[in-house]
Amino acid sequence: MATTVRETMYDTEGSQVNEAAGQKTSAVELAGISRHFGKVKAVDSVDLSIPEGEFFGMLGPSGSGKTTCLRLIAGFEQPTAGHLKIFGQTVDGVPPYRRAVNTVFQDYALFPHMNVIDNVAYALTVRGVGRKERHQQAMEMLELVRLEEFARRQPAQLSGGQRQRVALARALVGKPRVLLLDEPLGALDLKLREQMQVELKTLQRELGITFVFVTHDQGEALSMSDRVAVFSEGRVVQVGTPEDIYERPEHRFVADFVGSSNILEPAFCQRIGAPEGLWSLRPEKIQLTDQSVTRENNVLTVSAEVSHMQYQGAVRRCVLSVAGHSLSLSVPSNVESLVVGQTVYARWNLDDMHRMVS
Amino acid sequence: MAQRGVLMNQPADGILGRVSDLFFRKPGLLLLILLGPPLIWIGVVYVGSLVALLVQSFYSIDEFSGRIVREFTLKTYAELLRPSNLDIVLRTVLMAASVTVVSALIAFPIAYYAARFARGWVKGLFFIAVMLPLWSSYLVRVYAWKLILANEGVLNWTVEKVGLTPLVDALLSMPVIGGPSLSFSYIGTFLVFVYLWLPFMILPIQAALERVPASMLEASGDLGARPGQTFRKVIFPLALPGIVAGSIFTFSLTLGDYIAPQIVGSSRLFIGQAVYMHQGTAGNLPMAAAFSMVPIVVMAIYLWIAKRMGAFNAL
Repeated sequence: MATTVRETMYDTEGSQVNEAAGQKTSAVELAGISRHFGKVKAVDSVDLSIPEGEFFGMLGPSGSGKTTCLRLIAGFEQPTAGHLKIFGQTVDGVPPYRRAVNTVFQDYALFPHMNVIDNVAYALTVRGVGRKERHQQAMEMLELVRLEEFARRQPAQLSGGQRQRVALARALVGKPRVLLLDEPLGALDLKLREQMQVELKTLQRELGITFVFVTHDQGEALSMSDRVAVFSEGRVVQVGTPEDIYERPEHRFVADFVGSSNILEPAFCQRIGAPEGLWSLRPEKIQLTDQSVTRENNVLTVSAEVSHMQYQGAVRRCVLSVAGHSLSLSVPSNVESLVVGQTVYARWNLDDMHRMVS
Repeated sequence: MAQRGVLMNQPADGILGRVSDLFFRKPGLLLLILLGPPLIWIGVVYVGSLVALLVQSFYSIDEFSGRIVREFTLKTYAELLRPSNLDIVLRTVLMAASVTVVSALIAFPIAYYAARFARGWVKGLFFIAVMLPLWSSYLVRVYAWKLILANEGVLNWTVEKVGLTPLVDALLSMPVIGGPSLSFSYIGTFLVFVYLWLPFMILPIQAALERVPASMLEASGDLGARPGQTFRKVIFPLALPGIVAGSIFTFSLTLGDYIAPQIVGSSRLFIGQAVYMHQGTAGNLPMAAAFSMVPIVVMAIYLWIAKRMGAFNAL
């Protein structure tokens, strides 16, 4: 055992040295990856390291480069700069059909001229696996996604959710080491989406393979991912656990894109007596009170005027005007006493303010 | 100001408004008016004349008087099966088949490029390039080919300059397809047919490929298929309805053409020429009808095989 460690230590391969140091090999590693289309920088010097077995979310608005990033990993696009490693192996110039990654496409991309089982068995067909063997394995995959009785149907005869699960089974049948999912739930309606979120998460835990999925839905990214990378304009602005991303946004963009947030500018902080700096303050951290002062330490109370109320079902969104700035917060929807124009006091704990870099 | 009622444009504004209202209430009536004339056209003029043709082919001609005997007989078909006539049928079908195969081979890369890569003005250029020949007269184009293929023509001149004359001579000295010059051989007829019908092959294939989303090809590669496998298992099956549609054009147009083989080619007849001859100078309408049935039967068999082979599964 000791010799093995020494041998790997001497090895010049970075990933193996990492192993020796007790770290997991990265399933996917992007080092300074760029993909420029002429003047458009779709992906611009992105560094990411996705450990094996992780459920990794790539979140961002449309055009932020997250899908291009996924396509770079799949091999549909080649980077204009940087290096991409899959399980420590550089895959620059390696075509998609030689990569041990499979993709679930946003439009599912099921083959319309094949029935469900032939679609699922496709990866085995092209490898030359015999008909009986590949149908058996495809059937196992269909059982995994609970579609076994649909094996002989044509894709056109399935509902959106069923097609999505066929696409999933098809991508998994070749036993990939990394599964890429491009907005996998984007085309499904809300209820089905929530159900599939749970199913995907369970499936990933059972199979233990790395899932990398792209979404523009922050709720989906937060609820499913082990870690999230937030994309903006071709760059990764923050990587972290969902808690990191939500509770401790480092940039204005993250604070704003993931959930909603009150951004406290330095000038505003000065006026209300808050500590200097640029802060993010989540709406749910603000409480309303009728007391103008508090004896508690670390709590800030400001005088505010209700400038807007909006009924949203479970909560009411309330916009306050504080020293000429807007602060938004949520109040339970049964609070009906608040009226626009009323003067109230807003209070929050200073620890709930998170300092941002930019 | 007068108070406005619940209904707008009240009362119905003139006769047009009333007609619109009527069509709204009885959509079937509109359908009848729109579909009626074309259905009558197809039913009477089109199918009707085909039936007349079929009936004619079961009549025969009195060899002495040259008059048509309007009695059911298979005599005309028996005559069609005589070696000299069967030769014509076989020659035409073989020509149509080879024109179709070669057209498909030439058309596919062009259609593939146009569907998958050409964008913007390049695509516009593609459509113009494909359709432009169809804007000029068919006869002009066929005669142009006669000049191109003639012994003193530009093709021979080029071949001579490049030093490939022996190759052309070897081709022309081959049995059956050869001849005194390119413009008097089956090779010439074949070249003209391929040129004439190529647009009819390119466009349906291009339309079929256009409907294949890029993600489908990516999915194939993603699942481990090499480009060759992706072509065989995804691109080709999905393009097949287009290829079949195109081949219906190239096949039937070649089967029916009687002008091109008369201008460019050997003196031996094709079906179209035989029909022309029998219904015209020979006045043998039943024989002409029997010859006309051949392309119809051949196409029916062809489509039946195509369907059996699953060519339309991707539709």
